[in-house]
Amino acid sequence: MQLTGAQALIKSLEQQGVDTVFGLPGGAILPVYDPLLDSSIRHILVRHEQGAGHMAEGYALATGRPGVAMVTSGPGSTNIVTPIANAHMDSTPLVVVTGQVATSSLGLDAFQECDITGITMGVTKHNFLVRTAHDIPRAVAAAFHLATTGRPGPVLIDLPKDVAQSTMEWWYPAGPDEYDLPGYHPLIDLDEADVERAVALMAAAERPVLYVGGGTLKSRATAELRAFAERTRIPVVTTLMARGAFPHSHELNLGMPGMHGLYAAVTAMQRSDLLITLGARFDDRVTGRTAAFAPGARVIHVDIDRAELGKIRQADVAIQGDVGTVLRAFEAAGAMPARLDTWWSEIRSWQAAYPLTYEDEPTEGPLRPQHVIESLAANAPEGTIVASGVGQHQMWTAQFWPFEEPNSWINSGGAGTMGFGVPAAIGAKVGRPDRTVWCIDGDGCFQMTAQELVTARSEGIPVKVAILNNSHLGMVRQWQEMFYDERYSEVYLSPDLPDYVQWAEAMGCVGLRATTPKEMSDVIDEANAINDVPVVIDFRVDATEKVFPMVPAGASNDDILVHPSQRKETR
Amino acid sequence: MNTPEPFAGEVVHSPVRHHILSVLVENKSGVLARIAGLFARRGFNIYSLAVAPSERHARFSRITIVVDAESAPLEQMMGQLDKLVNVVDIWDIAPKDAVERELLLATIATDVSNRTSLLDILGRAGASIIDVDPGAVTVMLAGTPASCDEFERALEDYSSVELHRTGRLAVPRLGQELTNPERGPR
Repeated sequence: MQLTGAQALIKSLEQQGVDTVFGLPGGAILPVYDPLLDSSIRHILVRHEQGAGHMAEGYALATGRPGVAMVTSGPGSTNIVTPIANAHMDSTPLVVVTGQVATSSLGLDAFQECDITGITMGVTKHNFLVRTAHDIPRAVAAAFHLATTGRPGPVLIDLPKDVAQSTMEWWYPAGPDEYDLPGYHPLIDLDEADVERAVALMAAAERPVLYVGGGTLKSRATAELRAFAERTRIPVVTTLMARGAFPHSHELNLGMPGMHGLYAAVTAMQRSDLLITLGARFDDRVTGRTAAFAPGARVIHVDIDRAELGKIRQADVAIQGDVGTVLRAFEAAGAMPARLDTWWSEIRSWQAAYPLTYEDEPTEGPLRPQHVIESLAANAPEGTIVASGVGQHQMWTAQFWPFEEPNSWINSGGAGTMGFGVPAAIGAKVGRPDRTVWCIDGDGCFQMTAQELVTARSEGIPVKVAILNNSHLGMVRQWQEMFYDERYSEVYLSPDLPDYVQWAEAMGCVGLRATTPKEMSDVIDEANAINDVPVVIDFRVDATEKVFPMVPAGASNDDILVHPSQRKETR
Repeated sequence: MNTPEPFAGEVVHSPVRHHILSVLVENKSGVLARIAGLFARRGFNIYSLAVAPSERHARFSRITIVVDAESAPLEQMMGQLDKLVNVVDIWDIAPKDAVERELLLATIATDVSNRTSLLDILGRAGASIIDVDPGAVTVMLAGTPASCDEFERALEDYSSVELHRTGRLAVPRLGQELTNPERGPR
């Protein structure tokens, strides 16, 4: 069967089971958009290529399947670099197809030419420049294989226009042996000796903590984690990337550690004598000052990526492997710590003394952002997926939303990409149309990518957006208040410029606003009753509210600042 | 007549704690950029780098990288390198376990006054003359990096020297076990 390269690309995506592509056409990718008309694949036409990338990420994070985006060459491709870099930091499986100028024009500074494989070398797991139509099926199959196996990540396929236009005899590689990846071996044999040494460390531990990272979700090991934690009764902390990997309401759950982590989670790690690290990478936002992090702890470090082992913190037992496989090996070996009663009573005392807290708001407002999040959560149906941007609203959501199941929390962790929330929520809703999807956003973030709500309305993707409008770049404002003597530099945004309600209406969404607690519960009910179009709520929240607890940047986790109302009795 | 720049410092080519990574890579465009980019991005220092087709030359090339093992842990360098999809195999060779050789080419301005002493240096170093014209000779030395360093120092007395070194190649001493013999094309 003779196909054009463009037809072969679409057919290859179909072979991979792709049901949705997020994209925006242009000159160099034009040939591929023609056979798309005859394909079963749904194409979501975005308003900016960055939106396509973040939607693909949201889709991937909500479904566990790779997200796919397709854009044109030059600025189309550079506009999607931020999502690619974001996916690289958070190990999100992504396949991005970029159009490219014809092979005869490569290197000649042709119109909309850009060396996108060069630009994305450092932020992709791998990328390909496809030079013949015959190679397209192999490149696509290899891209999906790379994106989804081992440590997942983004893979880019750059497709010159003439390659898309030339013809090839259709074929499809039967399996990884035909992908031409002689240097890629994602399957790892577990070393039994490592498992035995880890089990011995656990047997000797009196203050162990399960330090659970995003790799546990990527490995789909949440059932194994729960079984292991419940049998051993080892306390669990879930990082920002791992919220939902362990049920929030579980008695063994201490919550999120790190810069804005819960006091008990942060302190349990600091005082721990054994960190059982599962798919986490000792990020600076978790460790605080590295040299002062968990000084008395031995470390078992499990990661599928060998380069993470020993990168930041030397492990006493480093195990390269899949978290689920390793947890099953721990179970089979009967890993069991000593009695943890004393340890748990210490932890319970920290939980009792320093729970998450905030003060009630005045009846006339402005609202407390934490109260808004708790109210949204209390009224959300089971299984609701929550996306966020980056900043204070993200931290409050990570703290206050009770994530009970995996793949229900979608955020930009490693890269901290403002504007991630709206498009990521749209992608999540496309992947899980059966679920309610809330985007909890900041006013600064919303202004970066809000135009994708036009996409959401026109494609019939009814997401709900809660803007915690504090009229500031809130996290920067918080740092300026706390660490720059209240010298506020370029953080004021205005509460009503733009008018978020009018803006939402202009984009075909329902726009609502709440300033008082009474209005808040009314608009939440109203928003929950709308299921056919996107809803945007402008929640007017207190600009002076800050995220606590907080470990100041560069400080030891021992120097955690709790909420001001909790400080008197401590220090 | 051109006045050559005076030699301004000591020749130190051997790092304090160098290590040799012999990296088998797919012979595809951009591979060298991927490796160079990785080292630059992560702050790993490269002392020298040599690239050429390997024994399986249709598909693979071998890159011999001399790294500064003080700039980052060797394990980290190898782990990051290993993640590059085009990297097929990495052999980590400690200097004590390696047979290292390097090629040095130098073009030296000569006249009647200095020819005899130059011949003397060449003889002692084991270097050979590979090109001659009335005003200059090009000489070659293939030897250990240390012998190349020594030869380079001996040439410092000559006013006009243009010097090229390849960076070292290394193979494990016979009978030495390789650090990662299990990896490789399957």
